[in-house]
Amino acid sequence: MSQLKKAMITALVGATALTASPIFAKDLRIALQSDADVLDPDQSRTFVGRIVYASLCDKLVDITPNLEIIPQLATSWTTSDDGTAVTMQLREGVVFHDGTPFNAEAVAANIERSQTLDESRRKSELASITSTEVTGEYEIVLSLAGPDATLMAQLADRAGMMISPTAAAAAGADFGLNPVCSGAFSFSERVAQDKIVLTRFDDYWNAEAINFDSVTFLPIPDTTVRLANLQSGDIDMLERLAATDLTQARGDSGIVVESAVSLGYQGITFNINNGARGDNPWGNDKRLRQALSYAIDREALNQVVFDGAFAPGNQSFPSTSPWYNQSLPLEGRDIEKAKALLAEAGFADGLELEVQVPNSTEPLAVMQVVQAMAAEAGIDIKLTSKEFATLLADQSAGDYTASQIGWSGRVDPDGNNHQFVTTNGGINDSKYSNPKMDELMDAARVAGSTEERKALYDEAMTIMLDDLNRVFLYHVNWIWAHNASMKGFTPYPDGMIRLENVTWEE
Amino acid sequence: MLAFLLRRILIAIPTVVIISIMVFGLQHLLPGDPILVLAGEERDPDVLEALREKYRLNDPVPVQYIAWVGNALQGDLGVSLRTNQPVTELMAEKLPVTIQLAFMSMVFALVIGIPAGILSAVKKGTATDYVANVVALSGLSIPNFWLGIMLILLVSVKWQLLPASGYVPPSEDLWQSVRTMLMPSFVLGTALAATLMRHTRSSMIGVLSADYVRTARAKGLRERVVILKHAFRNALTPIVTLTALLFGELVAGAVLTEQIFTIPGFGKLVVDAVFNRDYAVVQGIVLVTAVGFIFMNLFADAMYYVLNPRLRGQ
Amino acid sequence: MTQSATNPPVGVDPVTETRQQSRVWKKFRSHKSAVVGGVLVAFFVLIAIAAPLLPIPDPAATDWGAVRKAPSWDHWMGTDEIGRDVLSRLIWGAQASLLAGVVSVGIAVLFGVPLGVVAGYFGGWTDAVISRCTEALLAVPFLILAIALAAFLGPSLTNAMIAIGISATPIFIRLTRGQVLSIKAEDYVESARAVGLQTPRILSRYILPNVLPPILVQATLTIATAIIAEASLSFLGLGQQPPAPSWGSMLNTAKNFLNQAPWMAMWPGLSIFFVVLGFNLLGDGLRDALDPREH
Repeated sequence: MSQLKKAMITALVGATALTASPIFAKDLRIALQSDADVLDPDQSRTFVGRIVYASLCDKLVDITPNLEIIPQLATSWTTSDDGTAVTMQLREGVVFHDGTPFNAEAVAANIERSQTLDESRRKSELASITSTEVTGEYEIVLSLAGPDATLMAQLADRAGMMISPTAAAAAGADFGLNPVCSGAFSFSERVAQDKIVLTRFDDYWNAEAINFDSVTFLPIPDTTVRLANLQSGDIDMLERLAATDLTQARGDSGIVVESAVSLGYQGITFNINNGARGDNPWGNDKRLRQALSYAIDREALNQVVFDGAFAPGNQSFPSTSPWYNQSLPLEGRDIEKAKALLAEAGFADGLELEVQVPNSTEPLAVMQVVQAMAAEAGIDIKLTSKEFATLLADQSAGDYTASQIGWSGRVDPDGNNHQFVTTNGGINDSKYSNPKMDELMDAARVAGSTEERKALYDEAMTIMLDDLNRVFLYHVNWIWAHNASMKGFTPYPDGMIRLENVTWEE
Repeated sequence: MLAFLLRRILIAIPTVVIISIMVFGLQHLLPGDPILVLAGEERDPDVLEALREKYRLNDPVPVQYIAWVGNALQGDLGVSLRTNQPVTELMAEKLPVTIQLAFMSMVFALVIGIPAGILSAVKKGTATDYVANVVALSGLSIPNFWLGIMLILLVSVKWQLLPASGYVPPSEDLWQSVRTMLMPSFVLGTALAATLMRHTRSSMIGVLSADYVRTARAKGLRERVVILKHAFRNALTPIVTLTALLFGELVAGAVLTEQIFTIPGFGKLVVDAVFNRDYAVVQGIVLVTAVGFIFMNLFADAMYYVLNPRLRGQ
Repeated sequence: MTQSATNPPVGVDPVTETRQQSRVWKKFRSHKSAVVGGVLVAFFVLIAIAAPLLPIPDPAATDWGAVRKAPSWDHWMGTDEIGRDVLSRLIWGAQASLLAGVVSVGIAVLFGVPLGVVAGYFGGWTDAVISRCTEALLAVPFLILAIALAAFLGPSLTNAMIAIGISATPIFIRLTRGQVLSIKAEDYVESARAVGLQTPRILSRYILPNVLPPILVQATLTIATAIIAEASLSFLGLGQQPPAPSWGSMLNTAKNFLNQAPWMAMWPGLSIFFVVLGFNLLGDGLRDALDPREH
């Protein structure tokens, strides 16, 4: 009897789901700028990989477009008064793509894997968790070494993605060849550099919000070609439209363009004290770095290279971010000030600066414009373009003076700063060290309230913009273009494509 | 014949060994730390160390080489650092794509190159010959990647006639598959057509003055019969061997063409792997392409031997 | 890319028997195409050398008020993505392309010819080692080898030239070796050896002069290949460094603006085409003119 009832309810629910979605059986085709790397949330590192995960793997928590943390697989959470324990209530009735039930044990297994798998790239993101305790089928307690204000934001990204413990145990480090998660779509097939195909997962807990039978991700590196494919209808959506293609895309009535300012930044990182090459005028004297910053017209840079579509910036957050220090607004270019600073530092006749830059079109265009701007202040920039792999290695080894590099950005402000400016920061390739900065950054990590943290970051930003181990230039705008038949797409500052409640109306 | 082939194969062995050393050595000389690329935004020293261990990058290079050769001989070329897929699997996935591209380009080349070559030879010294020659030389001089870009601009972007990129397997949708491959194979085919045309022409000119052709003409056979039946058949030998050799070159020429048209084949795989410092993939592909090239050479030699009556008589 | 086109594979020389006939017309034709090729090459050499003297803007001078402007009276070939004059960059880019062609082939000849002579003349183990290495290098696709070498050396015009030079070296080793082998068997060399003439003398008196003509032809044709190779490397970001222009890097940038600024892609492509055509015509003409079988 109860079996029958269950079956009837399932059938009914299925039927409503059918009628609810306007047109079923649509296969969505999305073009990505590059091919994703390994599809294992614990091992992967690419931005496009995360776009695939947005459809494939659910996380404990998600974000809103305004960067608030909201429930996904965890329905609620509370932090103990001393900040060292987080208790989470989990969603019931969720299953992984292989049928394994999702519960507190699964969460514990996932966190353990992220922390212990040899190949895991999530270790530092989850470093504050010392142990987990399953306190119920759908309740788990995370014990922390100390208060960690950044933890929930980490759990809203790859570190919080839940994979099937059964599949993970069976596949080990090869999990990425056949990923099994609990997201809206399950993995069907992948042909490297060609496509990744995901199929609708009928047992998805939020299945009625999903209106596509399958979604195929196609890596198409060339922006012109991506747009041509969208215009001809070969694809339905693309990410990262070139800013310079905006006019053309907007002129096409069959295409809708959406955008959101990213969480990250682009800028120039200086070698302050990283090996012998840090001992140079640029590394030794912050006035030179300030001079360079004054010499750059960020607004013009944005206009020339990106047709004004990006956001000029002077801090590690865009000015739209709640963490932006409003008392340090973007100032215009000031050549005289730049020259004065150079003279003060003993270089009235100007000096040379070698900047390494990735050998792709956009960074090269940006740096050539900066080069021309700096020349007017007497700074003679020499560009050395390198392949990205070489650039990273040289930067890490201290074999550079300055480097054009950016950061994809994190939901929590800590992610854009701590590891770059603290003495032992993991990506502090400047080897910049300022005890006051360390103190502020560490305090912001454990501070209880948002107001407290904001005050700390405001103070840190004042020092950061004076010391300038990173000169910030601009913030990328994520630009998506999609077929006008696609409705309900919401742009998020993390650049992801979330397909919940997106529909297709011919 | 057999002795000849055997000798050629024996000579090929040291060459293959040298290639393997070269391929392996070159990769390890490449600047840039693959582990940093792999680790992405994670810079925990322990993680970096674990990754180095996993991919055996801490072993001395000779040890790495021997391990690699040992595995390669068992058909295991390692796994891609980027996607964790076995290199052999990746190649098995890409090979049909590049072969389809090479095949379609070859069809273009044969269909354009051989008739043009025959025509040019028959009309030697006329304006037709001259024009054909200049066109062929132009085909050789035009940079593939530029021709590709221009075609995308006109055919795909402006006129929207053909897809600008991608790949559809013929098993999935034959028509669409041919449509997507049309432009890239044309681009690759132009240079080949020019090469074939030039060789056909000189080969035909040689044959047309041979005694048996003169005899055939003297017998009063129709010119068309003389040309196609007597002359062309004999001129075919060098053309066939050349075609075999060109196939090897086609695979190499696909490098930039695949890059331009975003075709997931061998060429794109290897270029992306160089840029991503995906050691295992670069090593595997270059090794397989080089060995394939040597075999194509062997094959061409054998064909030459078989098709050339004078050599066969020995 | 165009190697085999201009260089029939070993054992295949379909051209052999045809040379006797219509010699007069052939020479005429060869000279005419060589002349056209020569004029094309001379034109580009001239503008490359004269670049500093021509009344054109600085190729690195940016004008942010004129970004990606179509060809006009002020900018005959339009402007690029950061407002530089395309014509001026094209003219200065000719320097990079021609230099890359000549220098890389120079490197290949410098290493390839002596190695080929040594292999061909002395034979034995020396020959075996050099030949196997040559075959190994030839088996790796030219462009893939050049890309890997350029990546190894780091992106710069000089390194691109070195990479292309090394990749082209085996062509010259093989060619020289073959030539030396055939000349070595000639009667006059045999008798010179019988008389007891010393090796260096035999090499400089008899071998080298006879080896040089085909090498000159091959060098001309390889310059064409090398120019395309440099453009390809720059196209992949492994060649000329900004802000200095090169046709390949101009094309690399241009492919992002095909819609808005097609002129950015058109001119550099046409320039590569014409200069390569020039060298190919010249090489073809030279081949015919220098072919001993004609005399």
